[in-house]
Amino acid sequence: MPGCVFGLLGPNGSGKTTLFRILTTLLAPDAGSVTVAGSNPQSDGHQVRAQLGAVYQDTALDDELTVEENLRFHGALYGLKPADLNKRIDELLARFSLTERRSSYVKSLSGGLQRRTDLCRGLLHRPAVLLLDEPTTGLDPAARHAFWSILLHIQKQENTTILLATHLMEEAERCDEIAIMDRGAVVTQGAPDDLTAAMGSDVLLLESDTPSALRDHIEAQFGVEAHVVGSLVQVTNGDIHHLMGSLYEAFGELIQSATIRKPTLEDVFMAHAGYHLEGGAARFTESTLQL
Amino acid sequence: MIATLYQAIAPVSALWRREVIKFLRDRSRLLGAIVQPLGLWLLLGLGFQQTFQMPGDAVAGINYLEFLFPGIIALMILFTAIFSTISVVEERKSGFLQAAVAAPMSRTVLVLGNALGGTTLAVFQAALFLILLPVIGFSVSVQGLLLVLLASILMGLAFTALGFAIAWRMDTTRGFHAVMNLFLLPLWFLSGALFPAEGASPALAWLIHLNPVSYGVDLMRQGLYMPADAPLHLASIGVGLLISTVLAAVLIAWAVYTVRRPLFSDT
Repeated sequence: MPGCVFGLLGPNGSGKTTLFRILTTLLAPDAGSVTVAGSNPQSDGHQVRAQLGAVYQDTALDDELTVEENLRFHGALYGLKPADLNKRIDELLARFSLTERRSSYVKSLSGGLQRRTDLCRGLLHRPAVLLLDEPTTGLDPAARHAFWSILLHIQKQENTTILLATHLMEEAERCDEIAIMDRGAVVTQGAPDDLTAAMGSDVLLLESDTPSALRDHIEAQFGVEAHVVGSLVQVTNGDIHHLMGSLYEAFGELIQSATIRKPTLEDVFMAHAGYHLEGGAARFTESTLQL
Repeated sequence: MIATLYQAIAPVSALWRREVIKFLRDRSRLLGAIVQPLGLWLLLGLGFQQTFQMPGDAVAGINYLEFLFPGIIALMILFTAIFSTISVVEERKSGFLQAAVAAPMSRTVLVLGNALGGTTLAVFQAALFLILLPVIGFSVSVQGLLLVLLASILMGLAFTALGFAIAWRMDTTRGFHAVMNLFLLPLWFLSGALFPAEGASPALAWLIHLNPVSYGVDLMRQGLYMPADAPLHLASIGVGLLISTVLAAVLIAWAVYTVRRPLFSDT
């Protein structure tokens, strides 16, 4: 859908960056094919690259040059005419509150300002599709918020389609639609609200030393769907409040703690992928230490 | 037509301008580029002054400082040209080159822009060094100076292209340094810059004749003496220019071929 914000939510190694490299024509797909604004990256590389803007995890700026020099440089790579380029640079710098920094060296800017400058770079040629690969890595929440509010403002005005790769729930929730990715494949797709609504009104998380055994018991006796995620058992789609009491009566000795919450995208991810999206590595160490 | 031409030239000129701006801003690079060859020239030139003896009687009067001068210009060009491309190793992994290759331009533009930038820096330094000529009692003719500059440009293009191709294949700057030292020093030692082919052992003389860099050094030597004949030169100006042009063309073609390789070797 042109003009929408589409998110790819998944942990590192789930194939988001690889997909971006295929879309930007830097890599050929092993199998299958993709189309960008009607063109094939393999056969019409030029066409595709002219329509795409991309902001990567590492900023594509030259530290030793100023903000303006960087933008001029990248504008020239896109063959923008000096007069148009000047106008566009003025416009974007004003929009991103960077006008006062136009002559500052990039290395002297804070992380948040560097990210914003890099976003200006990606938008210089008014791309039809903007790819954002973990664009707010390393930013504090305030800087992340500022980044997004400016971005979405411009996105609406210029009707840019955004394809966002992220492992942050907070960013995924801003999307019109998301695809959840795990090990190179899309496991589920939909609007964030629909995906969470599909989990039922509440989610129950039970912590246990023997989560697999607990899940088997629950599924056998109560006939509800349960997933093991690390040391947790996740139960969705049922009368959770009622169920919790019965579960404690039946298997109280197997349960260490229980949490009931409104379903989040984290729960959607856990239900489909079987592990935590955020802090997955930390959890793993924790459980290894217990052994 | 004009629009397409602009779209081809604008990225090359942007890449070129970036190299030049960064070089001029970096004072340590500017200083090192002058002081190092100057020091080497004086050290070797004055050190071997009495020891060095020209082969043959005709040129017995030439001193070593004078003999070494064109070789030092060549050394400066080789090093400046090659090491102007070292940043490619890092930029290939950072977002910078990713963004550049994701722009709607041919990757050949990257090679040309970088080669022209590096060559400009190298020739600029060679020109600064040429100001020293009167110190050693040389007065160079205009056509001689033009020949030296032409030879410098050809050598600069050849070696920025070589550096670019190698940098594109390297994963670390350490590896780049190692490979370059393997290439550069022997190429320079065996270019007739330090000692003429005539006085060397037959095996070395043979290597000097095979080394394409020798003909670039030779052109510079001939330019300095023009319109008179240079002492101990290898080949005619025509042959020298031909070999230098072919070398530059081959290495640029190799760089253009190399840059088509994927940016990511790990995936």
